[in-house]
Amino acid sequence: MKLELRGITKRFGPVVANDAIDLTIEPGEIHGLLGENGAGKTTLMNVLYGLLDPDDGEILVDDQKMTFSSPNDAMAAGIGMVHQHFMLVPVFTVAENVMLGAEQTRGPGLLDLDAARAQVREVSEHYGFDVDPDAVVENLPVGVQQRVEIIKALVRHARVLILDEPTAVLTPQETDELIEIMRQLKAAGTSIVFITHKLREVRAIADRITVIRLGRVVGEAEPTATETELASMMVGRPVSLVVDKSKAEAGDPVLTVNGLTVVDHREQVVVDDVSFDVRSGEILAVAGVQGNGQTELVEAIMGLQEHVTGSVTLEGVELIDRSVRDTLRAGVGFIPEDRKVDGLVGDFTVAENLVLDLYDRPPFASGIGMKPGVVADNARKRVEEFDIRAGSIDTPAGTLSGGNQQKVVVARELSRPLRLLIATQPTRGLDVGSIEFVHRRIIVQRDQGTAVLIVSTELDEVSALADRILVMYRGRAVGIVDGETDRDVLGLMMAGVPADEAARQAAEHPTIAEHPDEVVGHQDEGESRG
Amino acid sequence: MAESERPADAERRSTVGQRFWRELATGNAMVTLLSVVLALVIGAFLIMVSDPRVQDAASYFFSRPGDTFSAAWQSVSSAYSALFQGSLINFREYSIGRALRPFAETLAYATPLIAAGLAVALPFRAGLFNIGAEGQIVLGAIFAGYIGFAIDLPVVVHVALAVTAGLVGGAIWAGIAGVLKARTGAHEVIVTIMLNNIARFLIVYVLATSAFQRPGRADPISPFVHESAELPRFFATSRLHAGFVLAILAAAFVWWLLERGTLGFRLRAVGHNPNAATTAGMSVTNTYVAVFLIAGALAGLAGASLALGTERHLTPGISGGLGFDAITVALLGRANPWGTIAAGILFGALRAGGVTMQSRTGTPIDIVLVVQALIVLFIAAPPLVRAIFRIRVRAAEPVATAAKGW
Repeated sequence: MKLELRGITKRFGPVVANDAIDLTIEPGEIHGLLGENGAGKTTLMNVLYGLLDPDDGEILVDDQKMTFSSPNDAMAAGIGMVHQHFMLVPVFTVAENVMLGAEQTRGPGLLDLDAARAQVREVSEHYGFDVDPDAVVENLPVGVQQRVEIIKALVRHARVLILDEPTAVLTPQETDELIEIMRQLKAAGTSIVFITHKLREVRAIADRITVIRLGRVVGEAEPTATETELASMMVGRPVSLVVDKSKAEAGDPVLTVNGLTVVDHREQVVVDDVSFDVRSGEILAVAGVQGNGQTELVEAIMGLQEHVTGSVTLEGVELIDRSVRDTLRAGVGFIPEDRKVDGLVGDFTVAENLVLDLYDRPPFASGIGMKPGVVADNARKRVEEFDIRAGSIDTPAGTLSGGNQQKVVVARELSRPLRLLIATQPTRGLDVGSIEFVHRRIIVQRDQGTAVLIVSTELDEVSALADRILVMYRGRAVGIVDGETDRDVLGLMMAGVPADEAARQAAEHPTIAEHPDEVVGHQDEGESRG
Repeated sequence: MAESERPADAERRSTVGQRFWRELATGNAMVTLLSVVLALVIGAFLIMVSDPRVQDAASYFFSRPGDTFSAAWQSVSSAYSALFQGSLINFREYSIGRALRPFAETLAYATPLIAAGLAVALPFRAGLFNIGAEGQIVLGAIFAGYIGFAIDLPVVVHVALAVTAGLVGGAIWAGIAGVLKARTGAHEVIVTIMLNNIARFLIVYVLATSAFQRPGRADPISPFVHESAELPRFFATSRLHAGFVLAILAAAFVWWLLERGTLGFRLRAVGHNPNAATTAGMSVTNTYVAVFLIAGALAGLAGASLALGTERHLTPGISGGLGFDAITVALLGRANPWGTIAAGILFGALRAGGVTMQSRTGTPIDIVLVVQALIVLFIAAPPLVRAIFRIRVRAAEPVATAAKGW
């Protein structure tokens, strides 16, 4: 099936999310849609999938003009979508999830589960998915859940499959499996739109790459283009993909975590006997697939978790059972995972947000009164220093762009003397410019002798910043490895493989996702041999 | 087990209050003004149809429609002019002092409304509903009144102590709700409503005890407070007393607290985003307790001003639903201290004028209550008012929100 978008324009008030976008997906091709966060990729796909009405432009399927007013229309036309966040019912089985919304019945309203099971089995065997139709979705690994989503689209006869940031939740090895699936689908004649901001992956899989920036198509590229070329197209200026940093001059341990265990409110052990230390002047990154206890680990250190056992000491002082306030005052800076929920008060002004955890201390307060003049002076200084683009210091922080919101949080946390900086997903959802900025500031902080603990699910970020890497899997520390460790090794560790074993396996089977250039040759050999 | 500080809980605990406050804050002064006007217009219609003279004229409407219209005009204009003269200036009096007596009376009515309105407005800013001003007023009155009639002290000291006792009484009553909310997560609306009932029967009970009952009386009524404990009146002709100044000072204090105080900063942060407040090291639960203590003290001030200024003795009906009008006043004032003063004075004027209106034109004072209720209705349903007056919603707002996601 050939799919064509012509002049798609979508506005949200004054914001033009898509500006006359043209895109052609040829039958049986894997088309990479590359762009930064906020470039308009998701908006475009939501228009295509019937979730949003375009203000202008048309959609053509096999040269027939179509209008989609709902996802049902899009599905009927053969378009399937796998969202970044899966649309599955966790307590249903695979077969139940697959039939959901298109239930087959038998007799007077009886669900025909057998038919659904047969469908799942058929698709699964055809493509070698290895999915059990009777498995309950919540018990499946993320990679398999993704396959269930793909099966859902395929049983609805999708001939164009849209994958929105499909690798965000996968380890490199799982990504490889996904790549394999995509190749099989392609061989069977299905076209695939692969939305991503990850340069390495798009080069590894796509037949053609369309780059979008600020809602416009800025160009097409071949997968042979270098990462630097793609990055500068995506950002609109030359970008250095490597963060400049010297070797860490690590000093004495600042933060020592010993046997830390956290039980959450459902009485699940979410952090299981984790021990590590962070020394002054080094960055320790905690890597892992989302939801393996990293968030809870950090919250436990900050005093935001309730049922915590073990020991967390900051330069010898025990932090467990201390209030958040005491922890912050002991010289800990904290950049939380979700800036909108935990980092900022959206209705407060930029100036107020810049003193959110300092508001009752000199110089911002004396006694029980605050000093608005000092607060404003501070805000002007920070806005200048951290290049925060806000209308004024009295602009509500909630109205700023994601990058500027994050800069407010970073500016606040770095504006006092720190012994330890904890940053969780410090660059999630940010554009490349803001990512560079935040990374630079974190390294400056490290070089001033602060101990830095980073939690990130993005291997790019982990590799860019870390001096040492702690990998977590199901609440346990799989191991602590050097910052230069190959990503394939990290990927295996993120799936629970111990460090030594991971290193051995990774050396034997490098992944396509992480080593597109080397492995492409490898693969060809394999095929010719086979 | 201590109340959990997990962000998810904090979120769930305050979303209703938060959302309501945001709704309230986004409305503009125009909507408020139009709500008042619209309520008065509907009130005028009710005055018309309930007036027997208009009903008579309407019975022969088709032969002489002019009679109906003139009777209606007559009825509405005389009622509203009585309302105006009873609340602002009485043109029939010749001396300035006597002419302004109605306005002084308006301010006398407004005094407890402002103080109690602040007691509702402040918790709004922290995302909390204080429905318990009524009970807090009663407790404030009991405490202040008891100090006022049971002990003897020099002039200034006595009144100061009695007022302070009132503040403490209100703070204790609200503090119960605050502590229950913070410790157990009990919803403050339920708790404060229940505390209102308890307070209502508590005052009936204490007034029957020998410590409180006026000697020689069988009904529940307390002795008059000593002269040394009275809040002094400004004019011989009016009940306006020093409590009004205290209410204005209280409003100034609330403004300072919200805009300049560290506690106010914390309170607003908790009201807008308890998660971020927790992450920044603020204690959400301590803030809840502090807010309720201050709110209770403000309602206690209203109680003290009734016990020591307006009534000067205790009766079971001393508050008379003031605590519920206070909710209206806080809404109308958009939970802002200056707005609360303005709304308190407006409601005081309706009360004072309503009495004159009833005595002069026979229009039932209930009309005033209907007008008050309508004002709340329109304030609470701004989209309705916007729709009626066709105020265009600024297109940028929803769009900006929608655009953020992409």
